[in-house]
Amino acid sequence: MNTSDSEEDSYNERSALVQCESPTIPSYHQDHDMSLPQETDTKRGRPVSSGLDEPGLVERERAATPDGEEEELTLKYGAKHVIMLFIPVTLCMVVVVATIKSVSFYTEKTSQQLIYTPFKEDPNSVGQRLLYSLLNTIVMISVIVVMTIILVVLYKYRCYKFIHGWLILSSLMLLFWFSFMYLGEVFKTYNVAMDYPTLAMIIWNFGVVGMICIHWKGPLRLQQAYLIVISALMALIFIKYLPEWSAWVILAAISIYDLIAVLCPKGPLRMLVETAQERNEPIFPALIYSSAMVWMVGMADSNNPDSGEQHLFILFFFIIYKHFSNILVLFTKRGVKLGLGDFIFYSVLVGKAAANGGDWNTTLACFVAILIGLCLTLLLLAIFKKALPALPISITFGLVFYFSTDNLVRPFMDSLAAHQYYI
Amino acid sequence: MTLAVFFGCAFIAFGPSFALFVFTIAREPLRVIILIAGAFFWLLSLLLSSLVWFIAIKASNSQDPSLQRGLLIFGVFFSVLLQEVFRFAYYRLLRKANEGLAAISDDDSSAISVRQMAYVAGLGFGIMSGAFSMINVLSDSLGPGTVGIFGDSQYYFITAALMTLALTLLHTFWGVVFFEGCEKSRWWVIAAVVSLHLLVAGLSLLNPLYEGSLPPVYVITLPTGVWAFFSSGGSLHSLSALCTRRKAEGESS
Repeated sequence: MNTSDSEEDSYNERSALVQCESPTIPSYHQDHDMSLPQETDTKRGRPVSSGLDEPGLVERERAATPDGEEEELTLKYGAKHVIMLFIPVTLCMVVVVATIKSVSFYTEKTSQQLIYTPFKEDPNSVGQRLLYSLLNTIVMISVIVVMTIILVVLYKYRCYKFIHGWLILSSLMLLFWFSFMYLGEVFKTYNVAMDYPTLAMIIWNFGVVGMICIHWKGPLRLQQAYLIVISALMALIFIKYLPEWSAWVILAAISIYDLIAVLCPKGPLRMLVETAQERNEPIFPALIYSSAMVWMVGMADSNNPDSGEQHLFILFFFIIYKHFSNILVLFTKRGVKLGLGDFIFYSVLVGKAAANGGDWNTTLACFVAILIGLCLTLLLLAIFKKALPALPISITFGLVFYFSTDNLVRPFMDSLAAHQYYI
Repeated sequence: MTLAVFFGCAFIAFGPSFALFVFTIAREPLRVIILIAGAFFWLLSLLLSSLVWFIAIKASNSQDPSLQRGLLIFGVFFSVLLQEVFRFAYYRLLRKANEGLAAISDDDSSAISVRQMAYVAGLGFGIMSGAFSMINVLSDSLGPGTVGIFGDSQYYFITAALMTLALTLLHTFWGVVFFEGCEKSRWWVIAAVVSLHLLVAGLSLLNPLYEGSLPPVYVITLPTGVWAFFSSGGSLHSLSALCTRRKAEGESS
């Protein structure tokens, strides 16, 4: 891994905020009327094409390409960027599924729940369970909405220091505390004897390198690897602490929220994107996975499974996580960017499919469905050329395939396998 | 059941398709996308056929085992037909996409030919079909148990792996032949593919009489492979050119 590549690729904090790496404005539309508001055109002064160039190539002739070539470049290189997103999404899911299948800690249900899902599901009564999961979802989504609005307000009023401080604090928590918990559970599963000094050394190194890679600079692949690990850790925590039915309803509700937040003119995430475009700043470099360059921070969510006194931390960091994770996908000059929240919720869906029963067909079906949803989302992105929600299509496909595979395909395939009939 | 069984069966069932993926598909993003979309279409066909089977099961008397078996056999054949329908649907979708790609490219030719798409689509169907048949069996083979303790055959795992391999290869060959038949509007080709698929599924109904199912399936696989080779533009001349070129290169170096 040569760091010379990363010199070009990674941005440090200063250059990311000062240099304009504005997302593209479409100067040409196929057959659609949706366009960015006109004032951003005048502010920017020169059209920036929507080409997706090779990662690492900074100097590339951009301004002069006519519209048709732009279009063609977009679609031609589009496949490459789809794959560049498939790979990390797949890796994150693989890590989550591997952990779920081997470490039983993340599938053991505890009586402790997150403060955002206050209603306890009673497994005996279907109606009450449904009602409580709906109420849990309403509570969680309303908290998310409120805090995203606070985030947008903070961003609008340029409280960057505050935001950055919060980000650093939460990534600290995530890199040190969560990985410590995870490592502890892995050691317990495989009955590995480990002494505290060695463990402290491992966690210290892991955490510090992570903080440096994420908040300063580092090799591109290492940054991406840290991103994947962080998303996987977050997804595992969700899988453990969200009650069964609430988790499914929350997944559905959050994709609807994503749709509204990113597409409606007054949606908070859309306002965030537009504010960043107006200021010619990279959009929340903190929480977005970029296929070409990485400048990302995972948002932390802390949960202490053992003692109840940590609820305060749970509150604090859960808030941080929820509001800082962007769940959207957008094109920029340097490639496609996908929000960390997307990674996390995809992995939650596939992880929950893996956690229920020993059926691998369901997991595989959800995996394929999510990848196809991502593909379709990227196709739409290539057509509309503006920030789009990455959750709705994939999560819808994933949920449909999960429930239908679990209830319809599984008995069919089991009967076929029992008789060894092949279709 | 040991790790040896697990790895052996996994490599038998998925080795060739994995090799095909790594050598021919992994480096081309467009092909990877077509592969995954092919897998998705197969999955859709399976979903619909399981839905039909499920409805039939629920509507019938669940106490009668021969009726249940009959319904399962009906499910098998219906699923085969639906898979071929979805293969045709995928062909139509890929044709449209190909036209789109050609229209927006520099020199009016698409980055990928219909034949390549046929191969990739067939492989996608094959990989997904193989995965759905084999993965649960493989994960069970890692755990404890004795194969055939209730009097069933002891060769369950190896025959499952061999059958999966045959089906994966067959799906690939059928993909190539099917798309070629659709391109040239030779409907007898399509009828042949559908009947071959029905025949193979029917042969698997003879299990656990493995002599009746496995050798015939392989006897069908080999000529189908040869057919796919000639259908996609191969010829004896190109085969001999392959050998002589290698010999010529060996001499010159």
